[in-house]
Amino acid sequence: MDKRRVRLDLFYLVLLPVLALSGVTAIGIGSTEVSWRTILGVAAQKLLPGGWVDTSGLTQADTVVVWLIRVPRVLVAAFVGAGLSAGGAVMQGLFRNPLAESGLVGAGSGAALGSVIAFIAGWTAKSVVSLPVAAMIGALMALVIVYAMATRGGVTPVATLLLAGVAVTSLLTAVWSLLLSINIVNWQIAQEVLFWIMGGLDARSWTHVWLCAPFVTLGIVAAIVQARELDLMQQGEETAAAFGVDVERSKRMLILTASVLTGACVGVAGMVAFVGLVVPHAVRLLIGPSHRPLLPACSIAGAAFLILCDLAARTIHPPTEVRLGVITSLVGGPIFIALLMRRYREVGLA
Amino acid sequence: MSVLDATSISVSRGGRQILSDVTISLSSGEFLAIIGPNGSGKSSLLRVLAGIWPAESGSVSLDGTPIGDMSRRDIARQVAFVTQDTRVDFAFAVEEIVAMGRHPHRGRFTSERETDRRAINLALERCDVSSLRHRLVNTLSGGERQRVLIARSLAVEPAFLLLDEPTANLDIQHALEILDLCRSLADGGQAVAFASHDINAVSRYASSVALMESGRIVAAGTRNQVLTPRAVRDVFGVATEVLAASNGQSLYLFHRRNNQI
Repeated sequence: MDKRRVRLDLFYLVLLPVLALSGVTAIGIGSTEVSWRTILGVAAQKLLPGGWVDTSGLTQADTVVVWLIRVPRVLVAAFVGAGLSAGGAVMQGLFRNPLAESGLVGAGSGAALGSVIAFIAGWTAKSVVSLPVAAMIGALMALVIVYAMATRGGVTPVATLLLAGVAVTSLLTAVWSLLLSINIVNWQIAQEVLFWIMGGLDARSWTHVWLCAPFVTLGIVAAIVQARELDLMQQGEETAAAFGVDVERSKRMLILTASVLTGACVGVAGMVAFVGLVVPHAVRLLIGPSHRPLLPACSIAGAAFLILCDLAARTIHPPTEVRLGVITSLVGGPIFIALLMRRYREVGLA
Repeated sequence: MSVLDATSISVSRGGRQILSDVTISLSSGEFLAIIGPNGSGKSSLLRVLAGIWPAESGSVSLDGTPIGDMSRRDIARQVAFVTQDTRVDFAFAVEEIVAMGRHPHRGRFTSERETDRRAINLALERCDVSSLRHRLVNTLSGGERQRVLIARSLAVEPAFLLLDEPTANLDIQHALEILDLCRSLADGGQAVAFASHDINAVSRYASSVALMESGRIVAAGTRNQVLTPRAVRDVFGVATEVLAASNGQSLYLFHRRNNQI
């Protein structure tokens, strides 16, 4: 049996139009419909030098809806989808387990704690920047604690790392739950926290784009640079070392990369479950596990996936928005269960 | 001619002495069998020789240069190590697996060059897995996979090839294929060290034998010098008879002590 894979050029030939189409569709659909001509007009008006295009047909309202509301939201969805997918792929390679994700080393719960503190301390009311920044700091601090706990004498066994991650995650979850229950009398904060935990991209602005885009881009580039090390780490640490990888250094860099990606994404979007799990897995099935092609492909597929999920979140039940995390879980959960069943079959348990 | 020298190596892990005062040397064209029961320190010795575990005392040198002074990459270019970990969880193609062997030679941003391609093709050929190059590694049999993993190490074009129990999970025919391959590599000038507890199979192919017990080398030299019935009995705890096979080679027959078959 030959390797059954989709050729990379064909993969992109389908994926890139899907990405472009979902982007334009997501900008066009909503409480006010916007035609694709208007979208292109606004884009041309904003991106091209003045006078190049005739913008007389565009109203002020068109510009606001397209440029200040829909475009940033779609861009945040794209970056968050890309970042979570690439971060998931890195963790799965590092842990040699297709079911691993960034949350495993504490990044998710750390980000949650940081945000809950930002809500309760009232920082979020003062500046939109405070929430993402608090979430990123929380993610990185959780990571440092997990890493320090799991490291003895410069060596960080992956199994210990995983256990430390589970322990710290439950502890941090308990802390933010405690903070939340103490402050539950303030229903407004409680509601905000609850919404944030379910993930969502409502009212995202260009500020949010600039907050996540640099870290996500940096993280994805860093991951791609480490692609071959990741291939080897996936063969086991001893083997990676035998082929010249500085295992402990590489592990630190990879975990840092995954955590920056997760922190930046959770910071602007809240908890969006399953993206980091389902997207890399699906892409791996299509183009194979080699990380050089996998990481960029995952990022682009993740971007398209989350744009579509967010589109579903705000159009399924208008005028109320369904939370984004709910949609990704509803889509991702069954896929995850199917993967789990397949894995059981592979190891002969069912 | 390359030489890998370990002198008075001692290693302890978790408070347990794993290697004590081990001295051994491996040079081009040699096929060294490292024989010993489970837990005698064979794998640990290979890890130290590959520079993956540092020695607490004693030194390992590669053509006279202490490997402690060399970078991981520099060591990996010369010493290839096939570990016991043959698990491959992701569906890599055989060719992709073997291409990983070029890692120590490639810069972070350099793509595959003509020399890399040649080394990969040669390694695939030597291990007789060229025809499997597009197969996914998780669809291979145990013997095929082991040959692919050896090909990955050969793609390094190393002076030294260290193998940790590569035949442990293989049936007789596949085990003999691996041994034949190692023999021909050594005949071609490579240095091969092969850890195993299979006295009969391995010692027939090896040019020299080191017998290990509880972290020490108790005897080293030619097969007949080292694997005496007495030494085998002392190390493995079994009574041993040496029989002559039809081709004149000696075979070992083991009995549990005081329990003749």
